[in-house]
Amino acid sequence: MTAVVHTGLLTARALRQGARIPVFLVMNLVQPMIWLLLFGQLFRSVVEIPGFSAAGSYLEFITPGVVMMTAMFGAAWAGTAFVQDMDRGVMDRFLTSPTSRGALVASTMVYQAVVAVGQALVVLAVAWLCGARFGSTPAETALGVLALLLAVVLLTALFSALSNATALLTGQQEALIGISQLVTLPLMFLSSAVMDTRLSADWVADVARYNPFDWAVVAGREALAASPDWGVVWGRLGLLALAALVVGRLATLAFRTRQRSA
Amino acid sequence: MPSTRTSAQETAIAAVDLRKTYPGGRGRPPVPALDGLSFAVPAGTVFALLGPNGAGKSTTARILTTLSRADAGTAHVAGIDVARDPERVRRTIGYVAQKPVTDPLDTGRENLVLAGRLQGLGARTARTRAAELLDRFALADAADRLVRTYSGGMARKLDVVMGIVHSPRVLFLDEPTTGLDPEARAGMWAEIERMTAVESMTVLLTTHYLDEADRLAANVAIVDRGRVVVAGTPDALKDELRGDGIVVELAAPAPAAGSAGPPGELVPDAGPALADRVTDAVRACSGVREVHLRGRTLRARAESGAAALPAVLAALDAAGVPVASATLARPSLDDVYLRRTGRTFAAAQSDAPGSSAGDDTEATAAGVAA
Repeated sequence: MTAVVHTGLLTARALRQGARIPVFLVMNLVQPMIWLLLFGQLFRSVVEIPGFSAAGSYLEFITPGVVMMTAMFGAAWAGTAFVQDMDRGVMDRFLTSPTSRGALVASTMVYQAVVAVGQALVVLAVAWLCGARFGSTPAETALGVLALLLAVVLLTALFSALSNATALLTGQQEALIGISQLVTLPLMFLSSAVMDTRLSADWVADVARYNPFDWAVVAGREALAASPDWGVVWGRLGLLALAALVVGRLATLAFRTRQRSA
Repeated sequence: MPSTRTSAQETAIAAVDLRKTYPGGRGRPPVPALDGLSFAVPAGTVFALLGPNGAGKSTTARILTTLSRADAGTAHVAGIDVARDPERVRRTIGYVAQKPVTDPLDTGRENLVLAGRLQGLGARTARTRAAELLDRFALADAADRLVRTYSGGMARKLDVVMGIVHSPRVLFLDEPTTGLDPEARAGMWAEIERMTAVESMTVLLTTHYLDEADRLAANVAIVDRGRVVVAGTPDALKDELRGDGIVVELAAPAPAAGSAGPPGELVPDAGPALADRVTDAVRACSGVREVHLRGRTLRARAESGAAALPAVLAALDAAGVPVASATLARPSLDDVYLRRTGRTFAAAQSDAPGSSAGDDTEATAAGVAA
């Protein structure tokens, strides 16, 4: 119960502060649109390659990919809030008070999820305005969008937790740059986000099968398909949820490691 | 250890033989921070850990507030073992770190309300308490401004208020006035004095300002190289030095044929002979000892300064040396530190590893290890 209240209080703090830096808000909305329009134009003709599995336009193919890219790239920086709190005495204040450790981690996840869901809706709207169509009936479209948003939330939770654990263990913003350059960027290319992996080298397709980012992309794309295979959607969502739980738990344990070495 | 209840009423903080060594890392030797540090703080009093940077004050505070763990030794806060039951300790204490504990992108009020709620106050109670404290600490006008617009003194005051929003039984203040200008420091001292009177809590203060410990603390432990070298009331520590300090500034002599000589020398031409004559004359006064002359400043110690001073002035007059000023000083904690550690406080401060960076040496050492 305390953990829930604390998560609410700390999420409110993050949202309040996010809203106080309007430039973040603008960047958060402009960036996914850049991805969508840039990749959409750059690779427009790849759908015409024989063997490309997508039924519709390339824009329809990459929309879920861009949604997940935005969510993952944003969440990879979640630890920044912890680094800032540690640079000041704010983290020490939390840790010497009854503040729930789980709530500290969860609140950054919830905050990132709120931002990422907002971004996903913007990406979907822009794609729709550019002519992309998802689902076959309005009800299916709505259900598909909800499933896609669930994948966004889980993916965000997973990478926020990873970013938080890194921040707690190293205390350095530089380490977060490492995550974003060495982890998320390769994961993005080793997936079907912008390219059908059936057309890539075999090993890329193999790696993608174990890539949590690809789970989210596949789940989101399948959910928005004309006739979704819900087994695929729920299977990938389940894997994502499991991964998020494990890494979330590790992030909470990082507080203890931090105390032992402090 | 004595049982929880009774010890909580008599001793608010008990540290026994705390030891802690930070790993050196990358081939450097380990850094010893605490080397058997012990002290006890009576409930309801202000206790100062006084020492130069790197002496182990902040490390001690971090162990007592559950941020860090000692390698050996035991510590109890409000009767609770900090290693065994850190969660109960956290519900009992307030901690104001050396670094700012507020959120610069929140207002003063938002900071206080959030702190209160995380400490378990209800929404309404937290708001009432925040308003009351903002009023009492003269921050009401700035209450709804973002903290990043606060002056250094205001922000530090808010830091301290953050530590007491939930009326903790034990408050830890880690170098509350480091980095403040003299005026803000004086203001902060007055606030801390009033606060401790109103809130009736135990305060552990770490400081490297001798005058701060002297002014605020009922008891002082002087810490050097991870150990307590001496503890007691500031007066008791100073009393053991016996007697007052006498400081006489000698007047500049009439310039000899236009050459004034380098400033600070007693008499440029007749130097050593005159100096000896002066010190001998003062030494001859009854009850005066430890006479030193450096430049134009003459220092001595006397059982009773008030009784000895007229004799000293008469002796100087007889020796033909005019006097610019004469002062009496009660021994300071600086003198105590010098006597106990064999170094002056200023020298210890500049000996501290990396002290050229200023006041945050200890914090940095702890931060790196964290």
